[in-house]
Amino acid sequence: MTNSLDAYLVLSALLFCIGTFGFLARRNAISMLMSIELMLNAVNLAIVAFGAFNPLLREQGSIIALIVMAVAAGEATVGLAIVIAIFRNRRTPLVDEYDAMRQ
Amino acid sequence: MAIPETIPIIGVSWNDVLFLLFAGLMIVSGLLVVLMRDIIRCGLAMIVCFGALAGIYVILGAPLVAGAQVLIYIGAISVLVLFAIMLTQTKAAPVRLVFQTQAVPSAILSIILAVILVLVIGATDWGATAERLQIGTAALARILFRDFVLPFEVVSVLLLAAVIGGIYLAKREAEPGEEAGRR
Repeated sequence: MTNSLDAYLVLSALLFCIGTFGFLARRNAISMLMSIELMLNAVNLAIVAFGAFNPLLREQGSIIALIVMAVAAGEATVGLAIVIAIFRNRRTPLVDEYDAMRQ
Repeated sequence: MAIPETIPIIGVSWNDVLFLLFAGLMIVSGLLVVLMRDIIRCGLAMIVCFGALAGIYVILGAPLVAGAQVLIYIGAISVLVLFAIMLTQTKAAPVRLVFQTQAVPSAILSIILAVILVLVIGATDWGATAERLQIGTAALARILFRDFVLPFEVVSVLLLAAVIGGIYLAKREAEPGEEAGRR
């Protein structure tokens, strides 16, 4: 099982779908960011799995995964800072109450 | 005495057992992240999910990625998320209502997406090798600092910009009219 690419890809697909559901369904902005992290991790798993099973990729897969991790760290920093800045103005972390443009 | 490749009685290899263990742990904790009501517990389940994923990277033969996963995700991003949770918790917020009204359609959509992805994965020939390739850390470093030097430097500049931007956004500007007790 661990010698087939499909097992890792199915696992990655399941984690990605969990992240999609969390992003669409949660009300809290930080929960949505956590779901995005889950999705990024799922894609990373797929990239590393491709690298481990494709002789053309090999080390390149791991390098792409490392770069994705660094970009994810930057994304988390800026995203959480934006959430905190909005929270300071609106006093709520719930995204469906960010309706200033609708009023 | 060396540990045998497979478990004696059942005949399943240790790698498969570990893979199933980590995969189950990862899926369950991932579900807990999106389903639990208490958001701080969601954050803790996210750490478990990242740890299980690091274990899967080890099984996959990419130890450097596993180490980076532990350092970056468990060490940095989870702590950042937990701090942000602590900064944005209000007692006034209605914690009972965790999900949007679109939760049921999005659950159906996610399940459909999962089914489609699994079918596509099963139907496609990926040209994969029969055996897992071993990823050498020395070769990885050589490629990273020779062929991938430009992306490496761009990522470091991006991280610097992200840190400065994060500080600027989260910094509290001290307004003279602001009352002292408000954070």
